[in-house]
Amino acid sequence: MGTPRTLYDKLWDSHVVRVDDDGSALLYVDRQLVHEVTSPQAFEGLRLAGRRVWRAAASLAVPDHNVPTTGRGGGAAGIADPVSRIQVETLDRNCAEFGITEFTMDDSRQGIVHVIGPEQGATMPGMTIVCGDSHTSTHGALGALAFGIGTSEVEHVLATQCLRMKKSRSMRVTVSGATGPGVGAKDIILAVIAQIGTAGATGCTVEYAGEAIRALSMEGRFTVCNMSIEAGARAGIIAVDQTTIDYVRGRPFAPRGAVWESAVSAWRELASDEGAVFDHEVTVDAAAIKPQVSWGTSPEMTAPVDGVVPDPDAESDPVRRQSMTAALRYMDLRAGEAITAIGLDKVFIGSCTNGRIEDLRAAADQVRGRRVAGSIRLAMVVPGSGLVKRQAEEEGLDRVFTEAGFEWREPGCSMCLAMNADRLAPGERCASTSNRNFEGRQGRGGRTHLVSPVMAAAAAVAGHFVDTSAEG
Amino acid sequence: MESFQRVHGVAVPLDRPNVDTDQIIPKQYLKSIARSGFGPNLFDDWRYLDPGDVGDDHGKRRLNPDFVLNHEGYRGAQVLLARDNFGCGSSREHAPWALLDYGIRCIIAPSFADIFYGNCFKNGILPVALAAAEVDQLFAEVAAAPGCKIAVDLPAQTVTAPAGGVFRFAVDAALKERLLNGLDDIGLTLQHRGEIEKFEARRKAEAPWVFN
Ligand code: SF4
Repeated sequence: MGTPRTLYDKLWDSHVVRVDDDGSALLYVDRQLVHEVTSPQAFEGLRLAGRRVWRAAASLAVPDHNVPTTGRGGGAAGIADPVSRIQVETLDRNCAEFGITEFTMDDSRQGIVHVIGPEQGATMPGMTIVCGDSHTSTHGALGALAFGIGTSEVEHVLATQCLRMKKSRSMRVTVSGATGPGVGAKDIILAVIAQIGTAGATGCTVEYAGEAIRALSMEGRFTVCNMSIEAGARAGIIAVDQTTIDYVRGRPFAPRGAVWESAVSAWRELASDEGAVFDHEVTVDAAAIKPQVSWGTSPEMTAPVDGVVPDPDAESDPVRRQSMTAALRYMDLRAGEAITAIGLDKVFIGSCTNGRIEDLRAAADQVRGRRVAGSIRLAMVVPGSGLVKRQAEEEGLDRVFTEAGFEWREPGCSMCLAMNADRLAPGERCASTSNRNFEGRQGRGGRTHLVSPVMAAAAAVAGHFVDTSAEG
Repeated sequence: MESFQRVHGVAVPLDRPNVDTDQIIPKQYLKSIARSGFGPNLFDDWRYLDPGDVGDDHGKRRLNPDFVLNHEGYRGAQVLLARDNFGCGSSREHAPWALLDYGIRCIIAPSFADIFYGNCFKNGILPVALAAAEVDQLFAEVAAAPGCKIAVDLPAQTVTAPAGGVFRFAVDAALKERLLNGLDDIGLTLQHRGEIEKFEARRKAEAPWVFN
């Protein structure tokens, strides 16, 4: 028996092509996901240097950040914003030229890159997965090593199928026990970030473990791993178990027959060995987690829904105090205000964090037979992909939402980052199931509260946040 | 890529932690398919009083007099002084492109977000992590004499404060080498083409499903 290895060690070791004297490794990349915003300059770089793509089949492309969520009949050519249109058309052209499979805007499989990867089985356990997008950490939920890269690295992977990097440190976040009613994956990860801070896992690959994580569906695990980057982590991973294998089975890119059997037996090894040592260990008590609502301009500025907006004067660290004060000013909130007293203008349900079928089901359960509060200007649901949308429609969820007064849109990133027409006006306050509450993230001057789909839906009906765990 | 050896330039202090890449370059400018021209939109939301979009004439927009980059003494700054977790958030390489296009060659902070840190090296910018107390001292000296210069020496791995104090910083040897020489990463990797091909063949035999 060798030394016990962490899951991260195993994923790393199985992809090292070579190690240089200085300790930096050339790591082989199994799958690259490509979208329209961070790839144009990479393809341009290849062209300028006269380089070809190393293995075109390793990449899967989809436009998602810029696409409109209404009036999609005309395809890319029909995008009203000319700058967005050029970017989407540039992706189409680059993929055609370099022979990369793309789900174009009018393909029924189009959607947010981190939703369609797992949905298609294009991202699988044991893989190394990269994308020019920080939320690539999502795919780690499958027991894969997945992380976001910059455009130079996108070009590097396209040209060499490798990345040059050093191994990061490891952290295990154990969420022990069971969560209470009304508490889901989003609340777990927001509570973890509130506890360790937005830089708490910087330089680390985080493995999530414990009963509360094991009890999550794949959808919930994607939500958790998705937000790893919000704690500064490079990647988030979860060991493979039966839930993982059941999820991957039968998906379009998944192996079949005898190859499936050998894949499954390889995947069953994808867990940290008993006794493996992590550089950092964090434990969180699941039973103590309440539904979470962010109150500030950083994902660590999050409070339980039955709490109050914290007081900067009670913070001893001067840098933190200053940033809390700035956040409260930007968010137009006062210390001591009850979280449930915060009224909302808009509600956004969607994104790669919470745009999957289970998220939509959970949100629909809150609004079925009820109406969006009159004070809400816009409540919208943006499915994470065309297939999620179709599934939801087959289950009648679209009608549940529209009858309650929600808008039912076409798939894309939408108001998660407001690169398309969906955005907040200055001063507007939004309950959002996305992952970032930075200043201006959802529109210049817009105020974002990060919440779970259950909370967003309940808040849409009430017009303000409500303690969903207290409902009987 | 532009190489980096030494810089002796005006330092501009950006006194807030967790500055994210959405702040460094707001998303509307990410629609460009070019690599350059992002300088006028560096810290766009803070720098201008009115909202901007791609294609606007940014010279015509009203500058926010309260934002430090607009203060007279910091014109032409090459060194950015920052706080903890600088560059967090999205992986957009547009952030270092905007900084570089504006003229920033070095960022000094107590800590950086991972992806941003790596992206700087790929674009000729040197991110320097110093101890919090050292960064505090630089902030104090710059506040006392706006427009003063900080010297950064990559070969020697030192930062020289305006008052003459010298701080040493750590940097990964390989990253240093690449930045000093402005080396092309892809070209370096392709020198190992044979090894990559061999690895790929083995992986295909062991995990054929990866190649679906
Ligand atoms: S949904 Fe939001 S976080 Fe996810 S990829 Fe799109 S913009 Fe990024």
